[in-house]
Amino acid sequence: MTFWLLLTVNSVTFGGLLFLLSAGFSLIFGLMRIPNLTHGSMFMVGAYLGTTLLSGALGFTLNFWVAAVIAALEVAILGALMERLLLRRLAGQQLAQVLVTLGVSFMVADLCLMGWGGDPISVATPPHLNGFIRFAGAAFPLYRMAVILIAVVFAIALWLMLERTRLGAMIRAGVDDPQMARVVGIRVSQLFTIVFALGAGLAGFAGVIGGPILSVYPGLDQDMLPLALVVVILGGTGSLLGSFVGSIVIGFLYNFGQALLPELAYFILFLPMVLVLVLRPQGLFGGQIL
Amino acid sequence: MLRKPLSSKVSRRAVLAGTAAGAAAAVTRFPTPAIAQAKPFKLGLLTVKTGPLAQGGIQMEQGVITYLKETNYTIGGRKVDLVSADTGGNPAGAKTKAQELIERDNVDVILGPLAAFEMYAINEYITQHKMPTLCLAGADNLTQRTPSPYLLRTSATSSQAMQPMGHYAATELKLKRAVTVVEDFAFGYEQIGGFQAAFQKDGGCVVNKLWPPLVTPDYTPYVAQISDCDGVCQGFAGSNPLRFMKAYAGAGLKYPVVTGETGGDDALLKSFGDEAIGLVSCAPYTLDLDTDGNHRFVQGMLTNYNAIPGQYAAILYVNCQVVDAALKSLNGDVGDRDKFMAALRAVNLPDTPRGPVKYDHLNNVVGTFYVRRCGTEGAKYGLKLWNKTIKTYDNVSQFWTWPEAEFLAHPVYSRDYPPLTKC
Repeated sequence: MTFWLLLTVNSVTFGGLLFLLSAGFSLIFGLMRIPNLTHGSMFMVGAYLGTTLLSGALGFTLNFWVAAVIAALEVAILGALMERLLLRRLAGQQLAQVLVTLGVSFMVADLCLMGWGGDPISVATPPHLNGFIRFAGAAFPLYRMAVILIAVVFAIALWLMLERTRLGAMIRAGVDDPQMARVVGIRVSQLFTIVFALGAGLAGFAGVIGGPILSVYPGLDQDMLPLALVVVILGGTGSLLGSFVGSIVIGFLYNFGQALLPELAYFILFLPMVLVLVLRPQGLFGGQIL
Repeated sequence: MLRKPLSSKVSRRAVLAGTAAGAAAAVTRFPTPAIAQAKPFKLGLLTVKTGPLAQGGIQMEQGVITYLKETNYTIGGRKVDLVSADTGGNPAGAKTKAQELIERDNVDVILGPLAAFEMYAINEYITQHKMPTLCLAGADNLTQRTPSPYLLRTSATSSQAMQPMGHYAATELKLKRAVTVVEDFAFGYEQIGGFQAAFQKDGGCVVNKLWPPLVTPDYTPYVAQISDCDGVCQGFAGSNPLRFMKAYAGAGLKYPVVTGETGGDDALLKSFGDEAIGLVSCAPYTLDLDTDGNHRFVQGMLTNYNAIPGQYAAILYVNCQVVDAALKSLNGDVGDRDKFMAALRAVNLPDTPRGPVKYDHLNNVVGTFYVRRCGTEGAKYGLKLWNKTIKTYDNVSQFWTWPEAEFLAHPVYSRDYPPLTKC
């Protein structure tokens, strides 16, 4: 009983983290049709920046949440620069975009190795979330509960942004029909930069939030990217609801797959992706942004 | 220079490693003082400086250079020319770089490589070229059922440290029922096999064995399966011990945890948090070894790199000492590779950073293994945590206490051997 409960709660936690990671990926893919393979790198860079802000190496030690927000902003700026300086020039050339983002992800990995060294860095859980909630004989770390809460808050905030704001309406229009959006006077190219920065910032934020669970190490980017891909393909590109549902589904498949059939853990994880691509290529919620 | 390893099955990681290895002009030469009397002795190093294995690989190079600086780049009376090559941590890269070292750079000896699959990729090749290789890779059979005449191992077999650990867990920690958890690959199988065999020999019982994939961002699904036991043996490597211990503490588990040389490596002390307190590990090198040889080494690492060494740096440093000793015994003449190899095997050093070192007839080290408990007591060098030695096993052979013939009659430790028995 405890075993199932622990796995269930952990599935939701992991799903929450995946949602923070993949929501941006999905929006970028949906709006700009760019399969952004640097998304894992953004996650890792955010995590590394977070560790630096938290370590006191800069002469001050920030509160965990402040550090997470600052790291997210820094990664968002990096994302905006990358969109403006590199991807802008390759508009519409998907193969070139894949190759450029792949190349950049390798370069970022090497730069991180240079900057932060090869040693894994562990991130301390924020002190006020260090305890447990005891329920039905099992202990649930408070921090993991907080991650679920953060994911839900972000999901609602993103939904409100897309549903209720002018920016959201423009993004929805851009995802639905970029040509038509241009025709009616939406500055789609400016929108691209904003969405790319937003997606990158979310990934960077997720990196810091994931730190206490995953720790930070070279190769973290490559561990996370496939998970973001599988979430987005399952949920449907450009769909917020899709990435939310996809994240939770993958969270469950990941946890229960590894616990019950560890030999087939990755088979189980990627099987839905294959099925969806074959049977319903637009994804479960493809085409509907919310 | 852009020699990319091509293989039919190219993973993303392999592409990364191969590209990086090629593009980074990975063969670097280190300056040696200009006045050399004779032809310099060429020391080849196969290490990993890019990709996920870089943490260990960078330490390997630091260990080598620390020794060379200490001896002013002169060993056995000869100037040393170090040729360091980055394999990228994959078999194809290891093969390419080994070829470069042997055929282009004409090195006299190779130190490394790090990983077992790299060593297997070059094993036949170095035997063909009679190239003495002091490897770090642990794969048991390299010095057991399929030994190679030109391979010498100063580190340990994968199972060598886990066997005393199993003995200690059963006899001193008095554990009765243990769950093991380790990555699903050969290094993990051999470690856990060694633990299980020794633990059960002394009355313990392994009740469940868990095998997470090598890449597992969150260990909680495995931690959730740990039950019905009084102790846990983990054999994780790289950055995985950090995440495992976190998930373990995060799930509120309190059973004592024991581990091998990679799971509690001293180089991880600065990264571990409170979750590692109480972790008992057995390793061929321990930072707290209070000998002149170790003090000199640790000081060198701190001076040169401001780095706290773990076993990778220590073992490579010891490898240099071994090469130095062999060269001295030959008066610097390594023209005859077989003689050189014989001299290397005959080396018997009383005071290396890891304690006394000698080799058995299959070219594997017979040395001291240290059981340490992680805590805060006695921490030095600015660390918050410290592995304090609580038991020393001297002259540990790769066969532990079994007679060699009996040990070798068994299949190599694997996922299924020793089998899980009811007890």
